[in-house]
Amino acid sequence: MWDRNQMAARAALELQDGWYVNLGIGIPTLVSNYIPKGIEVTLQSENGMLGMGPFPYEGEEDADLINAGKQTITELPQTAYFDSAQSFAMIRGGKIAMAILGAMEVAENGDLANWMIPGKLVKGMGGAMDLVAGVGRVVVVMDHTSKTGESKVLKSCTLPLTGRGVVNRIITNLGVLDVVQGGLKIVECADGVTEADLRAATEATIVG
Amino acid sequence: MKKIFPSAEAALQGLLHDGMVIAAGGFGLCGIPELLIEGIRKAGTKDLTIASNNAGVDGFGLGVLLATRQVKKMISSYVGENAEFMRQYLSGELELEFNPQGTLAERLRAGGAGIAGFYTKTGVGTVIAEGKEVKLFDGQEYILERGIVADLSIVKAWKADPSGNLVFRKTARNFNPPAATAGRVCIAEVEEIVPLGSLDPDAIHLPGIYVHRLIQGSHEKRIEQRTVRKRESV
Repeated sequence: MWDRNQMAARAALELQDGWYVNLGIGIPTLVSNYIPKGIEVTLQSENGMLGMGPFPYEGEEDADLINAGKQTITELPQTAYFDSAQSFAMIRGGKIAMAILGAMEVAENGDLANWMIPGKLVKGMGGAMDLVAGVGRVVVVMDHTSKTGESKVLKSCTLPLTGRGVVNRIITNLGVLDVVQGGLKIVECADGVTEADLRAATEATIVG
Repeated sequence: MKKIFPSAEAALQGLLHDGMVIAAGGFGLCGIPELLIEGIRKAGTKDLTIASNNAGVDGFGLGVLLATRQVKKMISSYVGENAEFMRQYLSGELELEFNPQGTLAERLRAGGAGIAGFYTKTGVGTVIAEGKEVKLFDGQEYILERGIVADLSIVKAWKADPSGNLVFRKTARNFNPPAATAGRVCIAEVEEIVPLGSLDPDAIHLPGIYVHRLIQGSHEKRIEQRTVRKRESV
C-alpha cells in the first residue's frame, strides 16, 4: 500500500517535460515535492498565476501572493500573473496539459465527483468543473476506499458530478487504473498489493 | 472629470439602492475591496445580490455584510470559509447561486464586454447544466451561460493614476479586472494614487475607462492561510 507521499510520488511520474500543470488541494499539492530530475513543469494556480514557487520563509509572507488554496506562496523567475478570466481561458482553452485532483468518487466511465455531499456542508466547486472540462488530461489521486472500507472506484457515482467522463487515470493507495472502453484497466499495483486485492477493493468493472 | 473621492462613503454617495446587484473583486481575502465593503455596511443598503468568487470570512471581507444581513443572494464558486454564511444559507435566509469559478469570471468579463451569453463545456452533465440551453458544436455539448451586468462594481488595485488607470499586484489581481468591467459604475480602491504620467502606459492592467471613481486608503490585507517553510541551516 502506498501512503500519501508515495501516491504523490507516483503521480509525479505522470509529468512530462515542458508541461503546464494544475495541482489540486490535498495530496495533489504534494506532487510538487516529487517532480523527477530533468523534468521542468510550470505550475498554474487558477487564482491567476503561472510559475508557482514554494511556501515563503517565515517573515516573507505576502498577502498579495497566494495559491488557489489561499496559502501564502512565492514567485519564480518565470512567473506570470493574470486575472481570473484569463486564467480560466487558458484552462478551458486546453492550454493546461494536465490536472491532478483529489476525488470523493470516480466511476468506470470517467465520471468524477469531488465537490459536494448533499445534506452536509456545501462549500462549492471552485475551479474544479472548469479544470476537468478543459485540461488535456485529468489524473485523480485518492484513497481507494472510504474510512468504512467501501470502494470509491464505482460503476457509477452516487454524489453530484464535477464532470462527466472526464477522468483519464486514477492513482490510489492500492494502485493505478486507466479509464478505457468498457471499464477500468489495471496499470500497476502498489507495493505489497496484489491484482486480486485491487479487484476486491474496486466496485467498478475491471477489463483485461 | 474628477474621479478621486476622499473616502469610501463619499465615493458610494448616490450609487447605492436596496435590491441592487454588486460585482466584487477578490479571491478569498486577497485583493478584496475592504474599504468599500465597510462603506456599504455603514450605508446599510439591503437586499443586495453580490457576484463574488467567495463570501469573505466571519467578520472580514464580504462576511461583514452577511453579519449585518444586507445580502439577499450570493453568486459565488466557493463559500467554505464562513460559518455565518452557512447558517444563513441552511436556514433559508440567504440565496446562493453556485457558479463554476471560470464560468463566473467569464460571465463578468462577458457582461462588461457586451456579450449577452456564451457556450461553455464547463458543467456539462452536472447540476450546473440544469435548466440551461445545451447546444452541440462539432459533436460536443456546451451549455449557455449569461453575461452579468452589475449596477455597481467594487474592486481593489495596487496603484492608480488620477485618470483611473489601474495596476494590480501579484495574485491580488484575480477577479478585480473582470468584476470592474461588469458594472455600469465602478469604484476602485487603491493603496496609492500616483501622479499622471508615472505609470507606464504599456503596463496598465485595467484602463481608466472602466473606473469611474477612485479612493486611496490603507488596507489590512489579512492573510487567510499563512504557510511557511523552514530555512535550511547552513
